[in-house]
Amino acid sequence: MPSRLVRNPMPKQDPQERIRNFSEVALGYPEELARQEAARCIKCPKRPCVSGCPVGVDIPDFIELVTKGKYLEAAQKIKEKNSLPAICGRVCPQETQCEIQCTLGKRGEPVAIGALERFVADYERAHDDRDHTVSGDPPDLPNGEMVAVVGSGPAGLTCAADLAKLGYRVTLFESLHAPGGVLRYGIPEFRLPKAILDEEISYVKSLGVEIRLNALIGQIYSIDDLFKMGYKAIFIGVGAGLPHFLGIPGENLSGVYSANEFLTRSNLMKAYLFPEYATPIKVGRRVAVVGAGNVAMDSARTALRLGAEEVTIVYRRSRKEMPARHEEIINAEEEGVKFALLTNPIRVIGNEKKWVSGLECIKMELGEPDESGRRRPVPVPGSEFVMEIDTMISAIGTDPNPLLPKLIPGLKVGRHGNIEVDPETGMTNISGIFAGGDIVTGSATVIAAMGAGKVAARGIDRYLRGSKEQ
Amino acid sequence: MYRILSKEVLAPRIKSFQIEAPEIARKAQPGHFVIVRLDKKGERIPLTIADHDTDAGTIELVVQEVGRTTVQMGLMKQGDYIMDIMGPLGIPLHIEKVDCVVFVAGGLGVAPIYPKAKRHFEVGSHVISLIGAQSRDLIIMRDRMEKVSHEVRYSTDDGSFGHHGFVTDILKEILEQSTKVDEVIAVGPLVMMKAAAMVTRPFGVKTIVSLNPIMVDGTGMCGGCRVTVGGQTKFACVDGPAFDGHQVDFDELIARQSRFLEQEKTAMQSFLEPSSGQEECRCHRG
Repeated sequence: MPSRLVRNPMPKQDPQERIRNFSEVALGYPEELARQEAARCIKCPKRPCVSGCPVGVDIPDFIELVTKGKYLEAAQKIKEKNSLPAICGRVCPQETQCEIQCTLGKRGEPVAIGALERFVADYERAHDDRDHTVSGDPPDLPNGEMVAVVGSGPAGLTCAADLAKLGYRVTLFESLHAPGGVLRYGIPEFRLPKAILDEEISYVKSLGVEIRLNALIGQIYSIDDLFKMGYKAIFIGVGAGLPHFLGIPGENLSGVYSANEFLTRSNLMKAYLFPEYATPIKVGRRVAVVGAGNVAMDSARTALRLGAEEVTIVYRRSRKEMPARHEEIINAEEEGVKFALLTNPIRVIGNEKKWVSGLECIKMELGEPDESGRRRPVPVPGSEFVMEIDTMISAIGTDPNPLLPKLIPGLKVGRHGNIEVDPETGMTNISGIFAGGDIVTGSATVIAAMGAGKVAARGIDRYLRGSKEQ
Repeated sequence: MYRILSKEVLAPRIKSFQIEAPEIARKAQPGHFVIVRLDKKGERIPLTIADHDTDAGTIELVVQEVGRTTVQMGLMKQGDYIMDIMGPLGIPLHIEKVDCVVFVAGGLGVAPIYPKAKRHFEVGSHVISLIGAQSRDLIIMRDRMEKVSHEVRYSTDDGSFGHHGFVTDILKEILEQSTKVDEVIAVGPLVMMKAAAMVTRPFGVKTIVSLNPIMVDGTGMCGGCRVTVGGQTKFACVDGPAFDGHQVDFDELIARQSRFLEQEKTAMQSFLEPSSGQEECRCHRG
């Protein structure tokens, strides 16, 4: 019996094997390991893990059901608070949310809450007789009012699911041809298989949510149109999809992608199956990925799987400041991604065909802390050098997409184009219009967006009941 | 799913489709485009809305068969369904009455030009349309353009119809003869739009071009369609597709348009011979 202080490691595909395929890297706990891991929970009375969860999943309760082998009940317990457990089990940064609060973590390693959530959700998918993949007639709903949810990413899906559970008639508008938002276009197959995303979206549909695809709100319908169509409240969860570029010379050369373009081609359009799927993607021999967040790791690991010989993460700070999840950094390293740290690109160099051929960089050193509390990187004079590359991916973050906010007269937006809301209700300064997720906070996590979707669903419910009473 | 109500061959390899899309038709304005995906393995391509009928709930798309997706679309028939059409997208062209507007259309460029010329004609501008093509049989939408223009002139590369040479030759001639041109709107191949902008620059005439770069999402999210305009990076899908032709870095855009040439050939080949390319390992690592 392993010590209670040490967690059971997540089984993974072998690195040399996995860089040859797009299948999921983490394989999930087998049943026995899941029960062993669940048994590590000491059932402490304060339940600090719950307070660390943005959607307030009753973590100790579902874990106890796992120890008893009641996996379907455990899944139901999670779904009381979280409609997307198979997704969250895979992509939540548990290490900074629930697991960081775990009492066991003070003396040893915290319970692997994320791995258990994933096990439970996967078990339910494999053993639940109800077929969520068929979109039959939605359940009979009480005669609730109509609510429009704009954007089918984590915030929109959660808001829609919670509203549907409360009996509202919800239409979810998505501009792309498939729902899921960043879960669909941003997160690669090897971290979140699309079949799992489809399944969880089917669950949301089974609650009675109608999903309208190819519907870019602001263009096909204005916000006013939606109110005229009978929607009594609108939730905006359109994310932060506007890619940043570095603003250095040569960034528009061919062979320079934003991470959004690179990942959208691979994930949403399935370019890794080209030419069976018609969308092309071109990755050369030597790839530089600028940035060190999760999106940078996803881009680097995708490039490797697409056949690049050498993929380097270029990051201006040091390893300690890398924003990506530790687990993903380790995965990338195991797969052979190289790291050029304290290195800042200053110019993209092109050949006669205007195709990228090199990246001029300068070495950096860390100075005094800046406003983010991290030590500010300062260029080392005379340390310029050129990295030979033929593909560059810019993964330095995104801003809220201004497309919809700028079309809503009088809507209060912040400095970065983020919509401002009342944190208690998710309501904007315009009555009946709510917002949440990355469009409010700027680029953040899936679970934070889900938390915001939940808050707004409660806010919308209160608002609509209030307007009924008047 | 979007039903094809009718299909017409306008010229060899150029086809026009009337498509049932009432919600898009209700909002369509000159200058708008849509993103089309034919089937579940399809790519997303931008196509200009060449015309629309709000009452009938239809939009018209005109397609020239140049790559896998356009060839596949060319094979579609009346009654077939296109899986996804998203739009209307982009910023519609601001159109108000001017004394004289000159349209310059190259090849397939007539399709995006037509709704703009029609609107200018309706608001009372004097409309001169210059239409260029490789040869007489590739001149499309002639009847419709003649209905919405006060004057139409043609040019062909091979001299089979109208002026023997480039459409920009006629543009230059008009600008030299008249001081009354308020604006020029040019749509066609990038080299033609670049040439049109070069012709008008010395005359100081406002010149609008409509760009059609490679796009993926069409909502300002991927930056694949970025173009340098006046030294600034713009996204054609949300900041355009119309820009000041004198400010566009055409050479950069011409290079960006050929980013996937190699893959486009492969895609075409695999579409024409579906068995090819299917047997090989798909992890790209052999």
